Amino acid sequence: MKQLIVFIKKEFLEVFRDKRTLLMLLGLPIAQIVLFGFALSSEVKNSKIVVADYSKDVVTSQIISKISASKYFDVEQSLRSADQLQTAFKKGIIKLAVIFPDNFSADLMHTRKASIQIVADASDPNAATTMTNYVTQIINVYNAELDSASGQALQIVPETLMLYNPGLTGPPNFVPGVMALVLMLVCTMMTSVAIVKEKELGTMEILLVSPFKPLYIIIAKLTPNLLISIANYFIIILLSAVFLDLKVKGSIVLLTVDSILFILTSLSIGLLLSIYAKTQQGAMMGSLMGMMLPTMLLTGFLFPIDNMPIVMQWIANIVPSRWYFIIVKNVMLKGLGLGSVWKETLILLSMCLVLFAISLRKFKIRLQ
Amino acid sequence: MPPVIITEKLTKKFGDFIAASELTFQVEKGEIFGFLGANGAGKTTAMRMLCGLLTPSSGTASIAGFDVYKQTEKIKMKIGYMSQKFSLYDDLTVSENIRFYSGIYGMNNMQIRKKTPELLEELQLNQEAKTLVRDLPLGWKQKLAFSVSIAHDPDIVFLDEPTGGVDPVTRRQFWDLIYHASQKGVTVFVTTHYMDEAEYCNRVSIMVDGVIAALDSPVNLKKQYGGTMEDVFYGLARNAKRKED
Repeated sequence: MKQLIVFIKKEFLEVFRDKRTLLMLLGLPIAQIVLFGFALSSEVKNSKIVVADYSKDVVTSQIISKISASKYFDVEQSLRSADQLQTAFKKGIIKLAVIFPDNFSADLMHTRKASIQIVADASDPNAATTMTNYVTQIINVYNAELDSASGQALQIVPETLMLYNPGLTGPPNFVPGVMALVLMLVCTMMTSVAIVKEKELGTMEILLVSPFKPLYIIIAKLTPNLLISIANYFIIILLSAVFLDLKVKGSIVLLTVDSILFILTSLSIGLLLSIYAKTQQGAMMGSLMGMMLPTMLLTGFLFPIDNMPIVMQWIANIVPSRWYFIIVKNVMLKGLGLGSVWKETLILLSMCLVLFAISLRKFKIRLQ
Repeated sequence: MPPVIITEKLTKKFGDFIAASELTFQVEKGEIFGFLGANGAGKTTAMRMLCGLLTPSSGTASIAGFDVYKQTEKIKMKIGYMSQKFSLYDDLTVSENIRFYSGIYGMNNMQIRKKTPELLEELQLNQEAKTLVRDLPLGWKQKLAFSVSIAHDPDIVFLDEPTGGVDPVTRRQFWDLIYHASQKGVTVFVTTHYMDEAEYCNRVSIMVDGVIAALDSPVNLKKQYGGTMEDVFYGLARNAKRKED
């Protein structure tokens, strides 16, 4: 046990001494989130929206001017009829409509409550969510101003309607994909490189001649990678909450447990890779080509798996990130519980156990 | 005092290929035992069996009184090992390497804290304790690797071509360290390709095609086969049938 601690200490020493790699490992999720996030937010900037104002009073025109003043929206035109609205949406000219009902101000003053309808084209769920969030925010700010000006507690209620895609399904959100990709890549690459490095240096031989147990070598090698990957996981969660306004809807405990399971699975793959790779470059290429491509293509992150040829669907089934992706989507985006992801969790767990058992066995045989 | 290495018809087969055939020899405590042979002659296989890394196919061997079949874990506590790669961590400092290797042999912090300055003193590396190993000259790395391999006071140290790629002066200094260790009672089992180094050994065995072709002191070998140590080696190795692997 004491020997194991000595070894783990040394592993950390090596990881922290290589500042460039460490920076890269921790910077990877940040870069991914920023890249994807930026690509996303640029879509929402200066989006064309329409306003249908059936009330035409002081309050509605104030709200409209607030919305058009925001850098996110260009208020294109004001439409009066519902038909016109529908045509505009169908043609894809507009992505969002803000509708004020009749007697908006009057309702607000008398009943202290009035609602605004926000209709969004949700065929692009990310953009739709972001835009409705922005409008809601503008309305809420205005509401607060109005309250303090009038000294009354008034309630402007934004009612959101997602057109075409009420469940916000469709092109999936990228965050679960980034999580799967980053965790898989970092785990397999770091682990395989770390072990192959010992082989290249010749230190592995010394370790094998020493009384140090092979299982301990594996544990010591995996520990820093496990911790860095858990850190990466939390970085992604934090970044998406802060910058993308994407909070974990379901249980964070469940998501974390499943993520650790996925991390362990990826670490086992890295371990397996390291047994076959002879050089660090080989290990690196193996993890990049062998892991990144299947993760990108067969996870359902870029292309829906249901649309793939049946053979590809079978292959996709053995890609661990495929299952992890479903878990993250369900727990993080939809807020579902263990009941909806127990099957995926079980699949991940068995993959993890099988892979670890195989690599442990191979690792031992290799020593002979 | 019984010999620290005793082998009796020790054999290792890989399928049909007999890598080491019926090796029988004994090495006394404190002896410097040279192991010569062309590449592919079976030196590494023999050494790996003695280190407990490879299970023999047949024959018996005991290392420091422990059986190579059943007591490999006990053997591992009693031996040190150094290869031609020097096997240090480039990205760790000199003292961190010492601490790590002592640590995995189960030495506790107090022992390590006592041992580290002693070792540095002996190697005259006091100034370099906090230097990364990658910044050390090759000769120093090699000496450090040797000292680290005997830091846990093993009975036997196995050196696998420890002086590859090192200049003659440094090699000579390295052998001073080996003599020093041997005087303290450490048995040294060393493979080498350098004939001058073979001369430094108490006894030398020459392997050809998996068999020990000759085993004696350098003086006796030269007497028996005539000429220099080089002549002895070439005379035996020339007849090898196996190609380098």
